[in-house]
Amino acid sequence: MLIKPAADLRSSDITDKNVYLNRREFLGATAATTAAVVAGVLGSEAFVRAATPAPHGRKLENVKKTPFGADEKPNKWEDITTYNNYYEFGIDKDSPSMFARNLKTEPWTVAIDGECAKKGNMPLDDLLKGETLEERIYRHRCVEAWSMVIPWVGFPLANLIKKCEPTSKAKYVEFTTFFDTKQMSARTSAIRYPYVEGLRLDEAMHPLTIMAVGLYGEVIPNQDGAPMRLVVPWKYGFKHIKSVARIRFVEKQPTNTWQDQASSEYGFYANVNPSVDHPRWSQATERRIGEFLRRKTQMFNGYGDQVASLYAGTDLKRNF
Amino acid sequence: MRPSDRTVRFVFKPTVFLASLGPFVYLVWAAYGGHLSANPLGDLTNETGVWTLRFLCITLAITPLRKLSGWNPFVKFRRMAGLFAFFYGTLHLMTYAIADRFAGLEQAGGWVDSLSGGHLPGAALVSSTLTAMAKSIGEDIYKRPFITLGFAAWLTMLPLAITSTAGWIRRLGGKRWNRLHKLVYLTGILGPLHYWWLVKADVSRPIAYASMVAVLLGARVYWSRARRAAAPARAPAARVRA
Repeated sequence: MLIKPAADLRSSDITDKNVYLNRREFLGATAATTAAVVAGVLGSEAFVRAATPAPHGRKLENVKKTPFGADEKPNKWEDITTYNNYYEFGIDKDSPSMFARNLKTEPWTVAIDGECAKKGNMPLDDLLKGETLEERIYRHRCVEAWSMVIPWVGFPLANLIKKCEPTSKAKYVEFTTFFDTKQMSARTSAIRYPYVEGLRLDEAMHPLTIMAVGLYGEVIPNQDGAPMRLVVPWKYGFKHIKSVARIRFVEKQPTNTWQDQASSEYGFYANVNPSVDHPRWSQATERRIGEFLRRKTQMFNGYGDQVASLYAGTDLKRNF
Repeated sequence: MRPSDRTVRFVFKPTVFLASLGPFVYLVWAAYGGHLSANPLGDLTNETGVWTLRFLCITLAITPLRKLSGWNPFVKFRRMAGLFAFFYGTLHLMTYAIADRFAGLEQAGGWVDSLSGGHLPGAALVSSTLTAMAKSIGEDIYKRPFITLGFAAWLTMLPLAITSTAGWIRRLGGKRWNRLHKLVYLTGILGPLHYWWLVKADVSRPIAYASMVAVLLGARVYWSRARRAAAPARAPAARVRA
């Protein structure tokens, strides 16, 4: 599978001067990357339950580097892990980082059901068996008009879907977040739980769509959706469902939580689109966390080359 | 024993003034020292907004407190509380104008370049920025209802802040001045509505402010009815002078 990363239009991003000046290190890193790729291909399995301690938790082994996001500067670990929307742990951005540690993510099973051959409760380890973990540095755009660059570690969702053997009736994939009031400090009045999201099957099978289990080469922290969360980089952040506990293949378009909450504000598709405003946030620009000047938001969050064809002939103003 | 006028003037008022500046001092310190979240501009916008609502509630609480306690010097803090509501409201408007509007303008990059180079931007840049800002803010007020409400709420405070001096009370005359300053009731309604409209899901905080304002305004309605019922017994002139 060869996927070209999207070209970012900012001239300053073409070749950073520091990168150029440090090209020897860059070459070294490339060599290391190649070694890692070889190691990955040679079939060492990806173990999420890795033993090596890392700066913030536990390191993931044999993570394959990819060219994604080579032109982007990732946000700091602190930004990505203390500024979260995960309402099950409270509505403030810093609530998840304070309260999510109580979430028990091991052992973890994912209920697979609906229009597929392989139904049942699948242990996460089984779902990860044989997968090569890849680092994907993606732009992340929240519907609230802020954005980050995040070095996810994960694997293509398509691989997981193939393992489930969906039937011809499966047109959509519905995901559900784990929910337990004993472990989550949610105010049930905020939104209806459990949180539900959905993708069209072709969106779910798209090579850009991944299930992330790591961040910065380490096991993903609970507040970011441990042990496994969805990443669909051309869609607003609320599509990126966290702590996935159930995957269901369905014939009809599922109603995702935010659409259920306010259908005039949040749609099913939620593709990043600077020309369709949310009633409360203009989507034309965004604040990249850590920057003062706002950036122009790119159509499909800059992944249009790869995903625009999914929506050929679709009225994106109506299907927002 | 009740404190003397001197104590109120030279001890209580400066203390309350400094305490009211507290949130501002904290925010400046936290922003400067990097103690805010990953999105400090967002925090500054939220915090100044919330403190505006708090001071608005304090302002509206003073008359009821005076009535319930019978301690008249409470009224000496009313202007200060109102001006702090306006102060935080203006900071809130400024953070929005700078972080949300200005930072998204084509011209903003030029400002950053020239200021970081240590010189002031040229006249052409200043004038094109002002035009672009007016357009950007104007469009936003028109387009986003919660911005419309927020801006309207700030506008209702503006004449009250301007006419808050003893000179303006004299110029307008007590009766007219009082009538004008009833505008604060409208601020009290618009503020929480602005917050309510902004929040994505959990509206418990906007509800808390709206309920507080409802109680404080409700008390006034109740008292004015009670007063009207008792009106024939009182001399109307006495009310005007108070």
